[in-house]
Amino acid sequence: METFVQQILNGLVLGSMYALVALGYTMVYGVLNLINFAHGDVLMIGAMVGLSILQLLENHFPGLPGFVQLAIAILGAIPVAMLVNVLIERIAYRRLRNAPRLAPLITAIGVSILLQTFVMAMPWWGRSPLPFPQLLSSDPIMLGGAMISQTQVLLLVLAALAMVGLVLLVERTKMGRAMRAVAENPRVAGLMGVDSNSVIVATFAIGAALAAVAGVMWGANYASITFTMGVLPGLKAFCAAVLGGIGNIYGAMIGGLLLGIIEALGAGYIGDLTGGFLGSHYQDIFAFVVLILVLTLRPSGIMGERVADRA
Amino acid sequence: MALLTFDVHHNKRQAYVSMGLLLALLLAFPFAASQFGNSWVRIIDIALLYIMLALGLNIVVGFAGLLDLGYIAFFAVGAYLTGLFSSPQFAALLESVVNYHPAIGESLISVFGPDIQQNGIHLSVWAIVPLAGLVAALFGALLGAPTLKLRGDYLAIVTLGFGEIIRIFMNNLNDPINFTNGPQGINMIDPIRIFGVSLAGEAGSQSTVYIGGYGMPSVNAYYFLFLLLCIATIFVTSRLQHSRLGRAWVAIREDEIAAKAMGINTRNVKLLAFSMGASFGGVAGAMFAAFQGFVSPESFSLTESIAVLAMVVLGGIGHIPGVVLGGVLLAALPEVLRHVVEPAQMAMFGRVIIEAEVLRQLLYGLALVGIMLVRPAGVWPSPNREERPNAALARDDEEEAAAV
Repeated sequence: METFVQQILNGLVLGSMYALVALGYTMVYGVLNLINFAHGDVLMIGAMVGLSILQLLENHFPGLPGFVQLAIAILGAIPVAMLVNVLIERIAYRRLRNAPRLAPLITAIGVSILLQTFVMAMPWWGRSPLPFPQLLSSDPIMLGGAMISQTQVLLLVLAALAMVGLVLLVERTKMGRAMRAVAENPRVAGLMGVDSNSVIVATFAIGAALAAVAGVMWGANYASITFTMGVLPGLKAFCAAVLGGIGNIYGAMIGGLLLGIIEALGAGYIGDLTGGFLGSHYQDIFAFVVLILVLTLRPSGIMGERVADRA
Repeated sequence: MALLTFDVHHNKRQAYVSMGLLLALLLAFPFAASQFGNSWVRIIDIALLYIMLALGLNIVVGFAGLLDLGYIAFFAVGAYLTGLFSSPQFAALLESVVNYHPAIGESLISVFGPDIQQNGIHLSVWAIVPLAGLVAALFGALLGAPTLKLRGDYLAIVTLGFGEIIRIFMNNLNDPINFTNGPQGINMIDPIRIFGVSLAGEAGSQSTVYIGGYGMPSVNAYYFLFLLLCIATIFVTSRLQHSRLGRAWVAIREDEIAAKAMGINTRNVKLLAFSMGASFGGVAGAMFAAFQGFVSPESFSLTESIAVLAMVVLGGIGHIPGVVLGGVLLAALPEVLRHVVEPAQMAMFGRVIIEAEVLRQLLYGLALVGIMLVRPAGVWPSPNREERPNAALARDDEEEAAAV
């Protein structure tokens, strides 16, 4: 039972990060019908910038409390990630907006490689794993027999705040209404006076901000980051977005949390289920199995509307 | 008019002349290159394997228009199959079965006999190559089956996931039963032996292969083998392209619903694209394993899948000479850069500022982004407009006109 509670907690922590990244995928998909393949690498950029800010703070303002440092790192990483994602849209996707859908997907893969190469080539980042400082107290909090670290509590709180903020933005503001209109039908939205380009730019920026939060917190949680760290979370977050129903922000949140829990429970119990034949290092497989199952059984996901199957 | 043309249908004589010229150049190449050291021939050997991979991927991506981002998995299947069946690894596998479940282990040993228990299985290349092709084709169909109904972009992600799954299994299938030897990989894979001649050279011959009384470096022998396989692949894929099946692939690529309406069995035809493409990957993988004598999961990362895709995209999706050109450029150039750029930087600045690995990745990334933005049909697209992928890649002029 204790393992179960512990795995659910682990799953929620993992899932809230997936949810933050999945929101970026799903929002971009909603307005452009495009898989922003480089989104995972935006998370990586966020984590890298966050780390550099932490190092600067350490050198110039030693002795700041941990959560203040972390807050500054997140606030600093957000605009950089936004800028990167907006630039990606401008350079790699905008010209291909009316091109068949494989073309922007291929440029997206290229952009992903270029971002990784950029980080790898920078002397202050490089290719070897970088240690991420431990900023919050490492004393765990006990919760019904299960442990959760303070970083993880902060992560859950931040993810919840970000999601509430996003919902308010999409449901209550003028920009949010414009986004929904463009997602519904870009051409009609344009006729109604919505500047679809600025809506698309805003979508990429918001997605990047969420990814930056996830990236810095990923570093704080796992204490180590590398230039390839974005690939797997990016892929899994995409799986989460599909699980929830791509294009639907509530679906991305639910899908992210659910995928996190599936992974944690799977990793926790696969050993017992297969008699020790498969172990917890097969954790990464669950996301893809879920993806394939969802796509075959219910391609619209949990919350999604019917997807047209035109190639 | 291009100086070299390979368009047999329109310009037969010039095509045969240019093919003959190219073949003569290719045959002479290793003798010239080995004057500068065997490492140059080695680079080209690897490049030839990449060309085989690119040609195989071209069947899936270029002909059938199915974006496969996990293609390197089939390469891995071929390589690991060779690792398992032509090295001492099978002995380790049997031993781990005995430890895990003695009864099954003992019965397996009684089936295979004491020799295999001691030394593992050592199949000849004549068995390995068809086996690698077949098993890879099976994996291709396995991947294709659940993804048949998926739209292009979903398919890309699922294939990518498939590639990752294969890699995860390669890394972890060493415990409790040791199939892959985990992250360490499989060592001591037999070199290829054709009619009793080992292409790695006999022991004590300093990697020189003697055929009759004539000796040449091992890398040259492999060069000729790989060249032969490449030419065979080019021949088979170009015949496929103009076959009934090839036309069906192109029809699916351009408009799947229309193809279905014309009576094409899209399910079978797509599965065939996956498994035929995969079988070339499997054979290339078997060659790779025998050539290196060693396989490990590192050689089969996502970057490699993307590298092969970049070759296809750079050269010209669906156009065989273009794909070969893309393979030559992206497989050989980074290696040449490695030999030139790092020493040059050492000489100029006294230290390496931009590593060759960075340049290699930079080339792949730029090839993918640049080509799609500037010239979506590739640097060497097919001269026939109707052979270029329109629905999949090139901009649709009418749609664009309508959108403005």
